[in-house]
Amino acid sequence: MDLAFTNEEHAFREEVRQFLRDRVPPEMHRKLIESRNLSRDEMVAWARILNKKGWAVPHWPKEHGGAGWTPVQHYIFGEELQMYPVRDLPDFGTSLVGPVIYTFGNEAQKKYFLPRIANAEDWWCQGFSEPGAGSDLASLQTRAVRDGDHYVVNGQKIWTTLAQYADWIFCLVRTNPGVKKQLGISFLLIDMKSPGITVRPIQLIDGGYEVNEIFFDDVRVPAENLVGEEDKGWDYAKFLLGNERFSIASVGTSKERILRVKELAAKCRVGEERLIDRATFREKVAAVEIQLKALEVTQLRVVTNASKEQKGRQDPASAILKLKGSEIQQATADLLLEVVGPYTLPYVSEEDLESGNEPPIGPDWAAAIAPAYFNARKVSIYGGSDEIQKNIIAKAILGL
Amino acid sequence: MDFDLSEEQRLLKDSVERLILERYGFDHRRKYQTEEAGFSEAMWARYAELGLLGLPFSQAHGGFGGGAVETMIVMEAFGQALILEPYFATVVLARGILRHRASEAQKAELIPPIAEGRMKLAFAYAEPQSRYDLFDVQTGAEKDGDGWMLSGTKGLVLHGEAADRIVVSARTAGGSRDNNGIGLFLVAGDAPGLRRRGYPTQDGLRAAEITLENVRVEPADVIGDPAGALPIIFRVADEAAGALCAEAVGCFAEMHSITLKYLKTREQFGTIIGSFQVLQHRAVDMFVELEQSRSMAMYVTMMAGEGNTTERERAISAAKAQIGQSAKARSASSRSSSMVASA
Ligand SMILES: Cc1cc2nc3c(=O)[nH]c(=O)nc-3n(C[C@H](O)[C@H](O)[C@H](O)COP(=O)(O)OP(=O)(O)OC[C@H]3O[C@@H](n4cnc5c(N)ncnc54)[C@H](O)[C@@H]3O)c2cc1C
Repeated sequence: MDLAFTNEEHAFREEVRQFLRDRVPPEMHRKLIESRNLSRDEMVAWARILNKKGWAVPHWPKEHGGAGWTPVQHYIFGEELQMYPVRDLPDFGTSLVGPVIYTFGNEAQKKYFLPRIANAEDWWCQGFSEPGAGSDLASLQTRAVRDGDHYVVNGQKIWTTLAQYADWIFCLVRTNPGVKKQLGISFLLIDMKSPGITVRPIQLIDGGYEVNEIFFDDVRVPAENLVGEEDKGWDYAKFLLGNERFSIASVGTSKERILRVKELAAKCRVGEERLIDRATFREKVAAVEIQLKALEVTQLRVVTNASKEQKGRQDPASAILKLKGSEIQQATADLLLEVVGPYTLPYVSEEDLESGNEPPIGPDWAAAIAPAYFNARKVSIYGGSDEIQKNIIAKAILGL
Repeated sequence: MDFDLSEEQRLLKDSVERLILERYGFDHRRKYQTEEAGFSEAMWARYAELGLLGLPFSQAHGGFGGGAVETMIVMEAFGQALILEPYFATVVLARGILRHRASEAQKAELIPPIAEGRMKLAFAYAEPQSRYDLFDVQTGAEKDGDGWMLSGTKGLVLHGEAADRIVVSARTAGGSRDNNGIGLFLVAGDAPGLRRRGYPTQDGLRAAEITLENVRVEPADVIGDPAGALPIIFRVADEAAGALCAEAVGCFAEMHSITLKYLKTREQFGTIIGSFQVLQHRAVDMFVELEQSRSMAMYVTMMAGEGNTTERERAISAAKAQIGQSAKARSASSRSSSMVASA
């Protein structure tokens, strides 16, 4: 047993850090520190910087542009990005549809889509959830009927993250209603510019418009955009959801948030004292940090196990990463909210925040924190809610 | 970065676990508890045969040559059974002190009989008033010719009654809560002037209150600097906390496995109770806490050799706090609230 990283791993970490220091656009960096949202252009520009370095899709197979790293290198890379902090693109292209395409897609699809994903030529969104199909995803109703060289798609998707930016959507659609629900689903790639698609934004509790409803009204999709075989989409979706848990523990993000908590709490005065010096506050921060340390070690256990390539024998500890990671992310959001205190109350719209025309109400770092707190509610819902994670662990690991 | 055990460590783990499986079911434990000492002398002899009592020492001193990982392995297995024997008191606590501070002559005298199971030790660090403050020492050590004379009361001495020798912290100088002026002294369990009042603890082990009235200590039985022992006491307390973390993980794992078995066999309302989602989720909550605790036990073990004292102490405190919380975690409803609010 040994906690130390190798010299090569240390050197790699330093290389990543240096790259981030040199290449992360300062304005974007500042926004992320302040919990503010990025524009589409900012995210795309950053994705291209990564791609130029060859780091946009490091986890892909080498022939498609992957970096050929060890699991520990992936871990270090992810952690450094999260801690800097800088976000990779919402991973709909790179981590979700990309791997489905290179695993199950045909040559034409690989050739066309993969380089475009790596270079953020296309923005992808995920069309899985529907009004009647959330946790019970397989009950989805959106229909695709074959008509010559096309599928004709009718139905509705919901909670589609950043669909307003998207060029493409990957959808689960029902191609065969006559069989067991998991067996009649197909995986379709749909151009968002297709006639018959309507995107309607949904405002969330943080005041922003991160998710959407999408309506499909006789949308004609070329049959060549089917991935793999018709009616096998559920298998591909399960594969994809397995990948979704990739860096879901967000240890680096939570570490960075705690640093931010400490930085801001050192600026806040409570009477004669700084907030950071208050014993009760310190204990709260320590309690979260301790949980986070345990999660970090749990994640390292999983990562080093993966390095040994015991294929198919997934470490049971990996199951807790999403569950505990969500809990801790939300706890860091709680702490930030507590640091701001009463000045969490004023609501400043994103436009006002962006324009900077009005002087801030309260501390100039306060405005984005309550929205970020509200936004963090999502982490225990998406990618399989806490309850669903527990169902999975109970069944798959505990044998209940 | 490596969480694997070496080949020898795996063998050690197998052999301790097998011993526990074969000889330390709960019924065994009940029976051992009724023996005169309150534990099993036969098991103590078995531990010696397996080399467990020589573990944290180098081979040169008759020890098995192990370190923090070995202690973790043994304590985790012992935690499954909640063994009654004075392993923690003798090997982790008192021998921890010897390992760090004893002279070569002292080691040569004490290590072989401990490793062979012929000598048990205890470490008397606490006093009735000291609570968690290891520096709060009122028991006095007066110079007595070339040696020392000890007087005072030590409390909660784990396995103090069974100990052949007791390591006693006593004050040679300074005020009762000063960091400086604390020494460590070896006294025989039956030394003139030493009285022991033994009692059972909540978990069925044994402890003792010990009073010392002019107990004479020969110069050869002073361990290290008679005024500068506190850093070593802290160090051993850290190691002991790490060992207890491993013991707790063994205990959690066993409780979780017993609970799972019960969930799969107990029937109510015509079905196994494990089919009820509320109970499934509680079992998952336990599992999450178990894995988090396991991570922390590994973490402290690997941090045991960390040269940076602050880093090491932080790691140990974090692990102890995490495992203490996990032990009490009940269900998801207490989730972030228990994490943040009750901290
Ligand atoms: C911010 C955000 C972004 C999202 N982005 C996308 C996206 O880009 N694309 C996309 O396809 N989807 C997206 N989703 C949808 C997300 O995948 C679903 O919200 C999620 O699967 C839960 O489904 P639901 O909302 O319909 O809740 P429901 O499934 O109706 O669940 C409601 C409650 O019931 C509980 N529950 C459900 N079933 C069980 C059960 N069997 N046992 C115990 N409890 C149960 C759930 O845990 C939850 O608490 C997003 C969601 C959010 C919040």
